[in-house]
Amino acid sequence: MRKESGIFSNLDWITVLVYSILVIWGWVNIYASVYDSETASSIFDLSINSGKQLLWIGTAVVLIIIILIVDFRVYESFAPILYVLFVVLLAVVLVFGVKINGARAWFQFGSFRLQPAEFAKFATALMLAKFVSGNNIKLSTFKDQLRSVLILGLPIGLILMQPDAGSAMVFLCLLIPLYREGFPPFYITLGLSLATILILTYLVQSTFLILGIIGLAGIFIFFVRKARKKIYSVVFVGVTCIGIVFGADYVFNDVLKDYQRSRVDVILKPSTVNKQAEGWNLEQSKIAIGSGGFAGKGFLKGTQTKFGYVPEQSTDFIFSTLAEERGWLGSLSLVGLFLFLLFRIVHLAERQKHKFARMYGYSVAAIIFFHFTVNIAMTIGLFPVIGIPLPFFSYGGSSLWSFTIMLFVLLKIDMHRSQVLMRS
Amino acid sequence: MENRRYIVQGIFIFIGLIFLIKLFALQVADRSYEFKAERNIIHPIIEYPFRGLIFDRNGKTIVYNDPIYDLMIVPRDAYIPDTTAFCELLGITIAEFEENIQIAKKYSSVKPSAFLKKISQEEYAKIQDKLFNYNGFFVNSRTVRKYATPILANELGYIAEVDKDELSKDTSQYYRSGDFKGKTGLERFYENDMRGHRGVSYKMVNVRGIDKGSFKAGEYDTAAVPGKNIITTINSELQTYAESLFVGKRGSVVAIEPATGEILVMLSSPSYNPNSLSGRDFSDNFELIARDTNNVLFNRAIMAQYPPGSIFKTVQALVALDKNVIKADEQFFAQVVDSRMGDHAPSGYYDMAKGLEFSSNTYFLEVMKRVVNQGKSSNLFIDSELGLAEWAEAIKKFGFGSPLGLDLPGEKGGNIPDTAYYNKIYGKHRWAYSGIRSLAIGQGEVLVTPLQVANLAAIIANRGYYIRPHLVKAIEVNGVTENLNFEKISTGSHDEYYDAIHEGMARAVKKTAPRAIINDIEILGKTGTAENGVKDESLDHSVFMAFAPKENPTIAIAVYVENSGFGGRAAGMTASLIIEKYLRGYIKKNWYNREEYVIKGDFIDATDN
Repeated sequence: MRKESGIFSNLDWITVLVYSILVIWGWVNIYASVYDSETASSIFDLSINSGKQLLWIGTAVVLIIIILIVDFRVYESFAPILYVLFVVLLAVVLVFGVKINGARAWFQFGSFRLQPAEFAKFATALMLAKFVSGNNIKLSTFKDQLRSVLILGLPIGLILMQPDAGSAMVFLCLLIPLYREGFPPFYITLGLSLATILILTYLVQSTFLILGIIGLAGIFIFFVRKARKKIYSVVFVGVTCIGIVFGADYVFNDVLKDYQRSRVDVILKPSTVNKQAEGWNLEQSKIAIGSGGFAGKGFLKGTQTKFGYVPEQSTDFIFSTLAEERGWLGSLSLVGLFLFLLFRIVHLAERQKHKFARMYGYSVAAIIFFHFTVNIAMTIGLFPVIGIPLPFFSYGGSSLWSFTIMLFVLLKIDMHRSQVLMRS
Repeated sequence: MENRRYIVQGIFIFIGLIFLIKLFALQVADRSYEFKAERNIIHPIIEYPFRGLIFDRNGKTIVYNDPIYDLMIVPRDAYIPDTTAFCELLGITIAEFEENIQIAKKYSSVKPSAFLKKISQEEYAKIQDKLFNYNGFFVNSRTVRKYATPILANELGYIAEVDKDELSKDTSQYYRSGDFKGKTGLERFYENDMRGHRGVSYKMVNVRGIDKGSFKAGEYDTAAVPGKNIITTINSELQTYAESLFVGKRGSVVAIEPATGEILVMLSSPSYNPNSLSGRDFSDNFELIARDTNNVLFNRAIMAQYPPGSIFKTVQALVALDKNVIKADEQFFAQVVDSRMGDHAPSGYYDMAKGLEFSSNTYFLEVMKRVVNQGKSSNLFIDSELGLAEWAEAIKKFGFGSPLGLDLPGEKGGNIPDTAYYNKIYGKHRWAYSGIRSLAIGQGEVLVTPLQVANLAAIIANRGYYIRPHLVKAIEVNGVTENLNFEKISTGSHDEYYDAIHEGMARAVKKTAPRAIINDIEILGKTGTAENGVKDESLDHSVFMAFAPKENPTIAIAVYVENSGFGGRAAGMTASLIIEKYLRGYIKKNWYNREEYVIKGDFIDATDN
């Protein structure tokens, strides 16, 4: 057992360094995205977003210190309590929350707002880790698969009721750590296949799709014609698929709201979309990013984001500012930095001796990865616009706090990885 | 399960690569986004140049640019503490105020739009000092063409927005939709000098259209270059006087300074007030003017082509003297026999001066006959052909038969029938002098414009040359005046022949146009009657060509008064008034109130109904 000599001993400084770079770079970019050459406010000006973000960064540092001081065992012990607490909060927010942009997702205390879904990710990740690390849990059994999916499904269901499809979708990324711990890839593959059929239904006429499915099924039956059982399963899968095709129309027409459908159209059917209306956000974001060129326009020289052509330029579309002012080189640096961070977290997770810690580590990586992927994909037109922030980078206290807490709890647990070994 | 780590890491790498490839395509491979970005933020703001001014020969302003003001509003910033006072200041009603505010708000709450348009300078001066009480308002100034005195409408021309047709034909690629350009007259002829060059500044605007400063610190901006001023040859005082004589009459006047070819007066009546084709009521007024049955946009001075009538006898005489087929003092007996020629002159002995004095048709039939039939061929037809060719060539040297090259668009050239012309009509060798002899007295197929007649008067005054008539003598750029040069064009006839012509013209005024006589100024002139083609002689056009004074003449003039009968009366008196006004500066009262006679214009009353 190693001697503990202070709150920073065994801290993974590499991760801390990458975290700091991302946070400070993000802060500078927030300044660039709201900078107005006429007023030329200072980056510290509290009336603009960069000044406010600095306050959030300051409080995040306080949070980090608290996390490093608090006993690392708390998270494992309190995981169920935290989980229940946030599930209750998610239920309460449906009643007492304030409605912003159509979703009842926020608690308001004076001028201070808090989004429980941001922190529910953390609680759910802890809970899943706690569950998976249980003594008799085997993710290869259907019973435990079901239980883990229920843990995951409960907050998703509550968030969908707000309704906030974007935040709910984030929870699906926790399937990655589950997969690492033995969850069968079959379900994930099945889910992805269904999603593909759903998208195809939207793009191809139903009749062609059904004919295609029947044709494919016929080919399969021809190959397995000797085994009656397999014929049954092929027929079953085929009928299910055809059912989905019919269901898809219902999903697109009755489940999705107009604005959601138009966001899907922007990606899947760009030619039908009016670039002055529903296609505006994506088009302007692409113009900002595309006009950055190889090396960018230079710090504070970006025009598209600063002049308000790109919406939400300091929060969801913060990447546009970076790509406009720093060009492809800036994009490369950012993508590289995130990939490095993700690999580092996987490395940390893999060196844990305790299943709880490893599962949790993968959860952190998965959540960061999902945000990173969806956020950048939506700014360049690879994914519909759903309002989720870029971790550490986007303006906003809830987001910065929740990612900081998640990451530093992992670092704290990692500091004590040898103690865990002792205990178990 | 251990190797699942690599699958997860593989997914991370895969997504990262997709992003970098897609971003490379967006940012590096596809340059179109740069243009789209610039199109987003860059708004070119056109700065219209100051159009060049037009001055008269003495530096008096004829055409200037009148500033008018648009009161602009930015509804979001608008702050009006007292609506009633504000409305009083602008002279509008509360209802108008509300309506204008609504229109502006509908357009945009943050972009400026016109709240009140076309405020005159006087009104602007009134509100200027009080405007600071109200936020969200500012003033945009523009200019419209203004005319100090409403003269010279057809000569100055007008400016108007370029139309689609002109835009598509504009090879210089200068004009943009909404630009103004000269459509007729001097405005058109000197368009390239007067228009200047528009400037453009590139402003950056944000998504709401609000100004965010200049693009790249104004690197691509250009300043507007003001147009050049033009200094005309017009004597605006004399022009004004001449136009006042023509109110309610049809006709034209061209007065030229013989020594320089500078046009002192050019008018075509009826005309219109040039101010009506400027500014806000352009389209309404243009409609009215264009539909006017008097054809007011037709510049008679350079576009109307009449048979010259008796004034042509002067140039016939010069051609004959020059060809040496007659001597100025040669007397021969003119026996008036041919009633078709309708000679007013009695039978008797005539020399050149007397022929002009009496305007003897019989005498001049002989004069031209000698030119056409010089006996160069024994065949009468061939002889006539050779003679007419010589005649036409000589006549054309006096500026007839083709446009003189005046600096105005639309000048007509008239017609001098030549050999080819009659061969076409009658056939080769099928005509002789007897068939074309009405040319001798300025009738028949010969056509001239008033400008050409005035130029003839200048040639006679100059004794054998002219300077190409022109309306602009100098162009001014930044206070530096650059004089235009005009060559001297010789008509080929000798100086010594002019004495007889001058003598004849001096006597002709006394004989045929006594009302043109001014006691102390000797006018040399020739009357004419341009046949209208109607039987009634009183409907013919009255023509008078003159120059004065006899020694060192300073004004040569042609006056046409349409449908007023014999040239000695209406045209002669009008010409004498203009000459007197020019030489003396005022009209000396005498036994007969000539001004009243001309202005009252009895000669048109009889014909207008």
